[in-house]
Amino acid sequence: MSTTNHIGKPTSRVDGPAKVTGTARYAAEYAVPDLTYGWVISSPIAKGKITKIHADEVLALPGVLQVFSHENVPSLAWFDRSYKDQVAPGGSPFRPLHDNEIKFSQQPVALVVAENFELARYAASLLRIEYEQEKHETSLETKREDGFEPGRGKTGYMPPPPPRGNPDKAWEEAPHRMEAEYVHGAQHHNPMELFATTAEWRGEGKITAYDKTQGVYNVQQYLTKIFGLKKDDCRVVNEYMGGGFGSGLRPQYSVFLAVMAALELKRSVRLTLTRQQMFSFGHRPHTLQYLKLATNADGTLAALQHHALHETSRFEDYTENVVNWSGMLYQCDNVKLGYQLAKLDVYTPLDMRAPGAATGSIGLEIAMDEMAYEAGLDPLEFRLRNYAERDQNQDKPFSSKKLRECYHQGAAKFGWDKRTQAPGSMRDKDGKLIGWGIGGGVWDATQQKSAAKASITADGHLTVSSAAGENGTGTYTIMTQIAAETLGLPIEAVTFKLGDTDLPEAPLQGGSWTAASVGTAVKNTCEALGEKLLKLAQKLDDSPLKGAKLEDVEFVNGQIRLRSDASQAVVLRDVLQASGETKVEADSSAMPNMLKQQQYSLHSHNIVFAEVKVDEELGTVHVTRVVNAVAAGRILNLKTARSQVLGSVVWGISMALMEETVMDHKFGRYMNHNYAEYHVPVNADIHDIDVLFVEEEDDIVNPLGVKGIGEVGMLGVAAAITNAVFHATGKRVRDLPVMIDKLL
Amino acid sequence: MNSFTYHRATAVADAVREQSGRPDAAYIGGGTNLIDLMKENVARPTHLVSVGKLPLSDIENLPDGGLRLGATATNADTAWHEEVKSRYPLLNQAILAGASPQLRNMATNGGNLMQRTRCYYFYDLATPCNKREPGSGCSAIGGYNRVCGILGTSDSCIATHPSDMCVALAALAPTVRVSGPNGERSIAFDDFHRLPGNQPEKDNTLEPGELIVSLDLPAKGFEKNFSYLKLRDRSSYAFALVSVAAALELDGNTIRDARLALGGVAHKPWRDQEAENLLKGQPATVETFARAAAKVLENAQGHGSNDFKIELAKRAIVRALKQAVEGSQTASDVFLNSNP
Repeated sequence: MSTTNHIGKPTSRVDGPAKVTGTARYAAEYAVPDLTYGWVISSPIAKGKITKIHADEVLALPGVLQVFSHENVPSLAWFDRSYKDQVAPGGSPFRPLHDNEIKFSQQPVALVVAENFELARYAASLLRIEYEQEKHETSLETKREDGFEPGRGKTGYMPPPPPRGNPDKAWEEAPHRMEAEYVHGAQHHNPMELFATTAEWRGEGKITAYDKTQGVYNVQQYLTKIFGLKKDDCRVVNEYMGGGFGSGLRPQYSVFLAVMAALELKRSVRLTLTRQQMFSFGHRPHTLQYLKLATNADGTLAALQHHALHETSRFEDYTENVVNWSGMLYQCDNVKLGYQLAKLDVYTPLDMRAPGAATGSIGLEIAMDEMAYEAGLDPLEFRLRNYAERDQNQDKPFSSKKLRECYHQGAAKFGWDKRTQAPGSMRDKDGKLIGWGIGGGVWDATQQKSAAKASITADGHLTVSSAAGENGTGTYTIMTQIAAETLGLPIEAVTFKLGDTDLPEAPLQGGSWTAASVGTAVKNTCEALGEKLLKLAQKLDDSPLKGAKLEDVEFVNGQIRLRSDASQAVVLRDVLQASGETKVEADSSAMPNMLKQQQYSLHSHNIVFAEVKVDEELGTVHVTRVVNAVAAGRILNLKTARSQVLGSVVWGISMALMEETVMDHKFGRYMNHNYAEYHVPVNADIHDIDVLFVEEEDDIVNPLGVKGIGEVGMLGVAAAITNAVFHATGKRVRDLPVMIDKLL
Repeated sequence: MNSFTYHRATAVADAVREQSGRPDAAYIGGGTNLIDLMKENVARPTHLVSVGKLPLSDIENLPDGGLRLGATATNADTAWHEEVKSRYPLLNQAILAGASPQLRNMATNGGNLMQRTRCYYFYDLATPCNKREPGSGCSAIGGYNRVCGILGTSDSCIATHPSDMCVALAALAPTVRVSGPNGERSIAFDDFHRLPGNQPEKDNTLEPGELIVSLDLPAKGFEKNFSYLKLRDRSSYAFALVSVAAALELDGNTIRDARLALGGVAHKPWRDQEAENLLKGQPATVETFARAAAKVLENAQGHGSNDFKIELAKRAIVRALKQAVEGSQTASDVFLNSNP
């Protein structure tokens, strides 16, 4: 019996105690000496020029150190490429305080730095700035005809595959047809933790930036290029994050401004954005989707078209994969997918949990529901008839795909067989309408290059590190489990460190790839350390492991023992103590096995069953039950994985029923930019949520067999709920969120 | 946030004295709204007079059978007070439909009356707002006005009063006792808040320096047949799109007395006595309720993104009156899971 098989177990968060006792430190909480405080001033207009900044009035206040603006910003890197971070879209990145041009509402236009926070905020409230306003365009509706196809500017973006078959003809000839447009507005990430940077000045040209970011190396690269710092002199740290959801993928203007001010003032600077300013640097774009589906008499899809148009800024072409999924989720031989952007006077949109797929699954999965009704089929039966055995976009088999099992297990758990098809045909005992709907999706299983380091001390404590991110997903915990299991140690004997450019490089915390990428690096590194430990073990007098190769032994229960004979074992701690070494170290990295992977399509899938209850008179909707069945390879930790999917469902409920950043185009400005009016669910909105994992064995995706679950759980939730609302009421809402007024 | 001085008042007279002649001064109770407004630079008082420690937190019976709610009693203590729960359950329900437990623990009764609108534009200094800056214009008219009013609006302002508690109070009709530089006076609740007209910067009829000391509820509490129905964009911690306080006195199926007030629709808690008169003496039927609802919304005007409120309010009135007849305790649209 092994007590050190940790992978897959519902291990509680190893960072839980630090979080609940307050010892976990966030970007704005690091105590550094001689700290000053910054306050950002944001533009009230969406387009125009700054004509005058009355900085002198504010500088006269004792304790105000500087007012930074385009008028006195230091000379910095000149070329756009210096400002490009790892996930920058094509175009010309926004440069804070670069010139007097206003490109979007709430653009940072000045930074006040003072000896204390209150003074900085007060001074900022007094600063008079004059503007010359120009006419802005912020409405996507007015740009329907101005869409363009973007280039491959951004990492991870894939233009839609070329059309296949003859979708127009097939649509015309098919017996069942539908076409519709679906819309959702802009949404903002709104993590609980505000964006903040504590820039510690460590002497001329030396900075440590404690920054809210999902990628410390990305920020380091950004800062070194712009400010001409040496890598060794620019340390970036993020040990904890109060939610990211993609908002921390790109270096934000908070880190730019804090570091710029610290270098100029030769003082440490702390800068925290306000909740209102959290609406100023990237969002899920307002998107219009047009779908056109046709079905044969036997219920198979005859044709599928999916076109999307979404906003981007004037200066960058933000792209995400909205429509591509529609060419691979269902079997269909006549497919046309289109994707366009339109430029507006807004900030560049930004990856937000399941970027593109969360959006695309709304269009596709509501359209599939409409199509099922047109064809007179149960929506689940309709999906089963169109099950994709191969990825037709790439014409490749899936490395693994247990979506069919998700359909069956999810349906059984939910009780789908008791559903009656007709809208308005189900009611609860109080007479409220009941609606049941489904929706699902597909997401990439990706692995990125990643490195790690491991070190075990004579007392048997293992420390593993990699500059990965932990935004509440469970990175600390799963990496600890992988390391502990690989070297046969109890959880308590392992410490995992992350979020620091002093540690080996890891990719951005995004794309659902951390478990696969960093996990594999941790595994490889611990195996490399294991090899060293085996050699030391073999040096013991009378070692039972003499002559054994690494593959002949296993690390279990704090021992190294022969696989063939478990009684032939040495205790790891004895090995270390006998070796005379104070510690043994190894480092290694992991890369995806491209040769093995390129023949396959690597994806995770899910299906969501949702129940709503609707008060038909008052238009209120409550999501009373959700079952989310997910096939995402191997699950490393049932507890943290389940939590991720629970969070996804909550967010899906939010997308379906509440969430939208509303812009007043008269001002080109988001008007509900606060927590009171930007609605996300409260506890009272959330009822039963069930998460099912249908595990897949897959040694193609990576040696751990994990596909990642950060995003897949979100897919189809909003569509399932919207479809359930149709089932309850007969009202087909095609612009989300489904709020009271749309059901009256 | 502006710099300000702070004085903790020791007596009502002391508080009033601190305020008099200082239009830049403000009373602060729980601070749950004023502090937000100061952080946003919407309000910039230079002197705060804290009234939180004044001896005005008692809730006590009045000789006429009514109940006095001290101005500094918290919303939570008021809602959960035995006399309020048993005699004025409508008030209990309305208070509990608002804000969050944390806010209700801080917020005072006087402060609840004094809270300012939640109109998006009022809160954003980048946009014109007549209420914040008289004469600058109303951005909500022709703008995004989901939270704005449909009744009693003016060309200069369509903001709403955000309180839930005040909607129940409008139905229960207490008097507001105030103390000021010229002594004490009483204001009927219906006269306390005002419509925007061409002076939207004025939310109420208080004279400069006047301080609310208590709310005196009349004896009649409609404790048998009442309902507070709140409709909003999520189940808690959201302001009402439309809320209805309905209170009935029934004799068999005949309505003897009726009170009807709405929240989320006007610059003040909207009580409609004409509609109440249409209910009185009538059978308690859906038809009667619909007539009253039509009356309330007779002159309603939508402003684009809040057009739906007209129909929603009609339906909410009918539902709330139905619930009142049933003696239903449903406070709001908080949903109880039927699949625990």
